[in-house]
Amino acid sequence: MTSPKSAPAQPEASDTAPGYQAAQAAYDAAQHDTHMVQIVAPDGRVVRPDLLPAPEVRLELYRQMRRARHFDERGWVLYRQGRLGVFPPFGGMEASQVGTAAALTKDDWLFPTYRDTGAALTLGLPIARTLAYWRTSPHGWHMPADLKVLPFYIPIATQYPQAVGAALAERRKGTRNVAMAFIGDGGSSEGDFHEALNFAGALNAPCVFILQNNGWAISVPTRTQTRATDLSRRAEGYGIPGVRVDGNDALATYHVTAQAVARARNGEGPTLIETVTYRVKPHTVADDPSRYRSEAELEGWDAKDPVLRLRTHLLAEGLMTEASEAELLAEVAAEFEAALQEADSYPDPTPAEILDHVFAEPTPQLKKQREQILAEEQQ
Amino acid sequence: MTATATNTKTMTMVAAINDALDLALGADSAVHIFGEDVGVMGGVFRATDGLQAKYGAERVFDTPLAEAAIVGMGIGMGLAGLKPIAEIQFAGFLYPALDQILSHVGRYRHRTRSRYHLPMVIRAPYGGGVHTPEQHADSPEAILAHTPGVKVVIPSTPADAKGLLLSAINDPDPVFFFEAIKLYRSVKEEVPLGDYRVPLGKARVVTQGDDVTVVCYGGMVEVAQKAAEAARTAGIGVEVIDLRTLVPMDTETVLASVAKTGRVVVVTEAPRTGGFHSEISATIAEEAIEYLRAPIVRVTGFDAPYPPFTAIEDVYRPNPVRVAKAIKQVMAY
Repeated sequence: MTSPKSAPAQPEASDTAPGYQAAQAAYDAAQHDTHMVQIVAPDGRVVRPDLLPAPEVRLELYRQMRRARHFDERGWVLYRQGRLGVFPPFGGMEASQVGTAAALTKDDWLFPTYRDTGAALTLGLPIARTLAYWRTSPHGWHMPADLKVLPFYIPIATQYPQAVGAALAERRKGTRNVAMAFIGDGGSSEGDFHEALNFAGALNAPCVFILQNNGWAISVPTRTQTRATDLSRRAEGYGIPGVRVDGNDALATYHVTAQAVARARNGEGPTLIETVTYRVKPHTVADDPSRYRSEAELEGWDAKDPVLRLRTHLLAEGLMTEASEAELLAEVAAEFEAALQEADSYPDPTPAEILDHVFAEPTPQLKKQREQILAEEQQ
Repeated sequence: MTATATNTKTMTMVAAINDALDLALGADSAVHIFGEDVGVMGGVFRATDGLQAKYGAERVFDTPLAEAAIVGMGIGMGLAGLKPIAEIQFAGFLYPALDQILSHVGRYRHRTRSRYHLPMVIRAPYGGGVHTPEQHADSPEAILAHTPGVKVVIPSTPADAKGLLLSAINDPDPVFFFEAIKLYRSVKEEVPLGDYRVPLGKARVVTQGDDVTVVCYGGMVEVAQKAAEAARTAGIGVEVIDLRTLVPMDTETVLASVAKTGRVVVVTEAPRTGGFHSEISATIAEEAIEYLRAPIVRVTGFDAPYPPFTAIEDVYRPNPVRVAKAIKQVMAY
């Protein structure tokens, strides 16, 4: 490459390469990273038989991943039919979300970002409510009383300190409940991420922080996001354990998260878990990733599909047959269609509902504004 | 008011706040106080003095130095059933936490359709008049008043500080509680002992008068009172109204006074553009224009950062002379 002396030096091609190659290279490098926990390799081979969860756990993880994937796939169709609003797909990240959330019980807290539908469904957020949320219906904001799942967080990283507070409150109340919060590689650049890790360590909060490193913050690859290459090591700066795990290996994500949850329950404090995965899909269904990466380059990622990886393993181990899988898929599809019908039955909100649930008692100002809306309705 | 005169003690405003916090901690084990230097040291203004020794380091604790996490952690504590009281050392240090405040503090009840609510209090010393360094004298109350779902309280006397703070702590919704630094130790009065509440949303008529209504709150109340005294010697009757709470605002008391006087001066020490004084003025213009005999006059700070220059601080912060001049102006119209 030549350039006139007066012009700024052109960076080497490798410095400006599309983020995809960087992400692919980082992922491939991570495959050989002995620091990264992996139980089943991408080809289905068991590399750590000593860490395999019980057979029923493996089957349940597969069922939950299928539920999540079904939601993601049907979500695209519903969006194109105008039956779902803009939503951020998570297909390809099921192991990162299902394996982690599956380590919780219903007494624990879950603080999901907008891309963590899979995690919320795994802990028990009803599919109908989740559909309603992405339909922009207030019925999606009616959080079930038997769950401690917060609504999907739109601002980046704000949920991390909040999870510390919920975790701390559980400890003050004398329970063994924990709080789990999600973030992405982009979110880990935010100050709230670092403040939360520091607080959780200093206050010994029973918190499990999941950092889903999926390679992208909309169009910005992790490599542009930070010079750091192993985000789990950020934990060291705060005096808490950091674990790096193959985020496409559901058995591995479950194993390391269950350990972190157990540590938190036992009063041993917080853990940061980096799940190394990949955002195969666009940022949202309305995003056009061809502006920043070539879809053709994604072909290599099919081989790393977390759902297919566990499928291969379960079939090879004889824990599942093609017939039993077909039965499972039919159940999953039926559950979704029933939930879709329920979501379809939710009525549209009335205009004055805008003013509901602002305070326990509406202020005089809110009462007046309600009268204004009601009067306009009657005109 | 529930207490009798025999049942009181002379207190400064900071002592009254400490008394309220002490009572709240004693009454409800869910109450937790936290922030920078609130534990061992008892706060830079000693508002939490002695509370850690009395209630333990689990209930009253020092946090790492990070305002966003102090507020964010408080949110999580509130969601999980505690009653968090966060101290932000100075209101001008709220800014790092604005994402937590604007994005979340006021929204939890709404975004969960009341599955969760946030019974949180955020205390912050605010305002000028005591020659503090840069950033220590800001009056950011309008930012909070403009944030849906949060209440904003600013007391101007020790008895009000105690009664309003106990109401704030027992309110099911998030409350920002701004304490005028200038008033912490400069005024003393009899404060009722025991649990004593002043309801949120009720203004206080400080002085009665038929000619001019002066609407103010917090650190500006004593400034307005001095101006009202000066006006009285000149034969002008000034009704000083201390709003006490900006959200919810007691519009009724303000409008009743305006209907009587027909002349209005609004006083705050916040920057001029977009301040809460503008909200007060607009409300009066919308609801009571037919009573007005003169344009509303605002006496405020300026659209410049609060100056930490002792020699000229008083130029920025409204003083009784400026308020008195405004009173004359609306009388002369």
